[in-house]
Amino acid sequence: MTYLAKPRLHHPTLAKNQAGYTRRDYEGKISTLCAGCGHDSISAAIIQACWELDIEPHRVAKLSGIGCSSKTPDYFLGNSHGFNSVHGRMPSVLTGANLANRSLLYMGVSGDGDSASIGLGQFAHSIRRGVNMVYIVENNGVYGLTKGQFSATADKGSKSKRGIANSDEPLDMIGLALLLGATLVARSFSGDKKQLVPLIKAAIQHRGAAFIDVISPCVAFNNHAGSTKSYEYVREHNEAVNRLDFIERRAEITADYAAGTVIDVPQHDGTVVRLRKLAEDYDPTNRIRVMNYLQERAAAGEVVTGLLYVDPDSVDLHEHLNTVETPLNQLSERELCPGPAALEKINASLR
Amino acid sequence: MSNKIEAVNDFVVKFANVNGSGSASANELFARAILRMGVPVSPRNIFPSNIQGLPTWYEVRVNEAGYRGRRGGVDLMVAMNPQTWDNDLKEIEAGGYVFYDSSKPMPRSKFREDVNVIGMPLTEVCNATYSDPRQRQLFKNIIYVGALSALLEMDPAEIEKLFAEQYRGKEALLQSNVKALKLGRDYAYEHLSCPLGLRVKRANGVGNQIFVDGNSAAALGAVYGGATVCAWYPITPSSSLAEAFIGYCRKYRMDPETKQARHAIIQGEDELASVGIAIGAGWNGARSFTTTSGPGISLMGEFIGLAYFAEIPVVLIDVQRGGPSTGMPTRTQQSDLLSCAYASHGDTKHVLLFPEDPAECFSLTAQAFDLAERLQTPVFVLTDLDIGMNQRLCEPFQWDDKKLYDRGKVMDYDDLESGRDFGRYLDVDGDGVPYRTYPGTHPTRGGYFTRGTTKDRYARYSEAGPDYMDNMQRLQRKFDTAKSLVPRPLLYPAEKPARFGAIFYGSTSPSMQEALDVLAGRGIHVNALRVRGFPFQEEIADFVASHPWVFVVEQNRDAQLKTLLVNEAKVNPTRLISVLHYDGTPVTARFIVDQISQHAAARTVVPLKGGARAAVGAQDSGISNLA
Repeated sequence: MTYLAKPRLHHPTLAKNQAGYTRRDYEGKISTLCAGCGHDSISAAIIQACWELDIEPHRVAKLSGIGCSSKTPDYFLGNSHGFNSVHGRMPSVLTGANLANRSLLYMGVSGDGDSASIGLGQFAHSIRRGVNMVYIVENNGVYGLTKGQFSATADKGSKSKRGIANSDEPLDMIGLALLLGATLVARSFSGDKKQLVPLIKAAIQHRGAAFIDVISPCVAFNNHAGSTKSYEYVREHNEAVNRLDFIERRAEITADYAAGTVIDVPQHDGTVVRLRKLAEDYDPTNRIRVMNYLQERAAAGEVVTGLLYVDPDSVDLHEHLNTVETPLNQLSERELCPGPAALEKINASLR
Repeated sequence: MSNKIEAVNDFVVKFANVNGSGSASANELFARAILRMGVPVSPRNIFPSNIQGLPTWYEVRVNEAGYRGRRGGVDLMVAMNPQTWDNDLKEIEAGGYVFYDSSKPMPRSKFREDVNVIGMPLTEVCNATYSDPRQRQLFKNIIYVGALSALLEMDPAEIEKLFAEQYRGKEALLQSNVKALKLGRDYAYEHLSCPLGLRVKRANGVGNQIFVDGNSAAALGAVYGGATVCAWYPITPSSSLAEAFIGYCRKYRMDPETKQARHAIIQGEDELASVGIAIGAGWNGARSFTTTSGPGISLMGEFIGLAYFAEIPVVLIDVQRGGPSTGMPTRTQQSDLLSCAYASHGDTKHVLLFPEDPAECFSLTAQAFDLAERLQTPVFVLTDLDIGMNQRLCEPFQWDDKKLYDRGKVMDYDDLESGRDFGRYLDVDGDGVPYRTYPGTHPTRGGYFTRGTTKDRYARYSEAGPDYMDNMQRLQRKFDTAKSLVPRPLLYPAEKPARFGAIFYGSTSPSMQEALDVLAGRGIHVNALRVRGFPFQEEIADFVASHPWVFVVEQNRDAQLKTLLVNEAKVNPTRLISVLHYDGTPVTARFIVDQISQHAAARTVVPLKGGARAAVGAQDSGISNLA
């Protein structure tokens, strides 16, 4: 971490996006995480993605649980409301916030301790409800803030900094998210910004539960030989299935690609997610085949990354509940209170 | 044969049934028919944590004077469950009656000499009339209601009217029910000696009161109070509250044009998620609540502390049941008082509301949303199974057309744009209540980071001692502000000067009020104070200070209200005498009268010869059962 304060003044020549903001407007406080922490790269990717998508920072609500990862919402989108809730419970708080105002963008940031252990239940149920959100797990396989205990995503046989091998089976967040019905599932690596930024952009534009598992090495406690969540290990074993090149309005897609090398997935808002295939025959819209493929590659020791699954016909919780378009927090007595006349009828029915 | 209890409009009928047999609706029909004759009834369900096959009871107190508490004792037992026969018979008052299915002969030893027996071969009558087994079961219930209506001189026209309302448009069902009812009545007139000593006589004791359960009333209060987000996890005895909210929302909370919902209800995966969802919604400016019972409060502890410390409005309705642990899930208690008042670790204190009946379940639940937003804190509505799951005669619901919701201190776009200083935890007005902003309000102002960790007045993370102290002391000021906002206690003064006081709350109310009348009749005059909210106002301490002895009547073992009074209202504990009822049944007037009479006798000093003034406190050493 650094102790130098960020300058408040922005250089007048800084480029502005279509919403009128410079990239600096998407920054937050200075990170207090360790130098080289993967999480800071993810914060930077979130900043980049929001800036590129011309999202107004204050229209984002960023929520987290407890842990190193959950501190990060303080380090991006400083003009957004943030909520550092309780350990493992970000999904429920986010769900409630989303129900109260469907017009904001909800960004849930969590860690592997937060989401795979104490909050596994809330992770699962927010996904299966189809809450419209970007759910990022900053996955380092270790409890950083409490100094190096294994987390539930630590691979079996991987070694702690003290050299102790983990004997428990790892929790597969991607596999779970697919099973539970997440409508966009991606995995990336904090050290691969080129891959991560477009994935976050795709997740933001997606309607429904979008889940991104980002392997994010812990430089303090899990970046040693024998760890399967170290920079070195992930770089060696990373197998991307596709490259997400750009996201544009459907009408604007003009680039030519050789047949069979790209997959276009239209999104509800008219944008198209265009994937450049890296793995042959990988169809990210076929959930069953995706699950099979991921299990096979995991058994072969690969860390498969990319946009792993996307459901082009996704719906979200508000559609399930058939809620009104006006955010619930903007309804007044007029819409909410049935009034004394209705009450008199109710009284009459109870006599 | 024995004496016969003779009573008009003042008796207790108890139905002993097997659950899942369809008896509940027939029994309710019986109670409603008496109500329609203008005679107040107070029914209570006594049921096991089970769906089918176990014993269940429905106890109906008929009382023209309007006493609604459980009386205790039974005058007429409708003994339809052989499994519980022996115990059921024991409960009947001497000179009382037992009505039973005499299709199978019962040995003489199974009866009591001092109880009048009315046998009717219900199964035989049913089997002779109906061939379908389900019909035999269901109509058996209606047939016994028919027989009872004859035995108690009830007006059958009222029952038929109730059928007509229930089966509107279902002519066949209506006719078959009327037929079953007549079958029962005809048999009773032909074979039984009608009427019994117990009779229902048309009266004017009901007026415009309504008959409703507290859970439905609280759900309706949430609708009127503007709740839009509800998250809950099924738990007895609170589930029917959430289900009633769903029902009312479908009726009153849909956009008439788009048919879309102006509400969002989530059945959470557990109580933690439920309160988490409610807190998330409260943070984001929607009125939200969860409903639960004691075990849920325990599970929600961490989240409740977050809402307290991060200052997020949320309403929790706790329909209390018997604790600890799983305890008595289908029995009533007031035993979550302390766990709610101090829920969560660290220094926390919460606002509590204590409704006495369904009418207050409605009004206080609606008010809870105003309080939660005004104070930016969790507000608990503490009801219980006795109020929540039983229909009770009460004042009709009322709503002022001009009432606007108090959304509390919220800075909007214009406030922020005007340059007004925004510090999320800044005590601008000196009442300890800061201003908040909803997410998404202004592009560059009003954004802040909400956290359960310590922070300074501008919501910046700070573990500095002075910042922490400053914040905790402001929270204390805020809690003091709550005193002036929660409902004031109600005083029920004795008709004559009284040396004794009594403090009570919640579902104890009807039995307490009856007990006060009975005690006054015996020359024991008691000023009573019904506490309706926490934190306590000064007048509660003043009330205690103005009586040498004050009974604190409550339904738990550990005298939780007394603890809270001593701890928070700083009253003198030696003045407080606990009257505690906690066997899971609703407290009765008889119990209260008995307890208070004993204590009073021990503290009533016979004046010395010459008429010296009775010395208050002379028996202090004899106060042995201070809880």
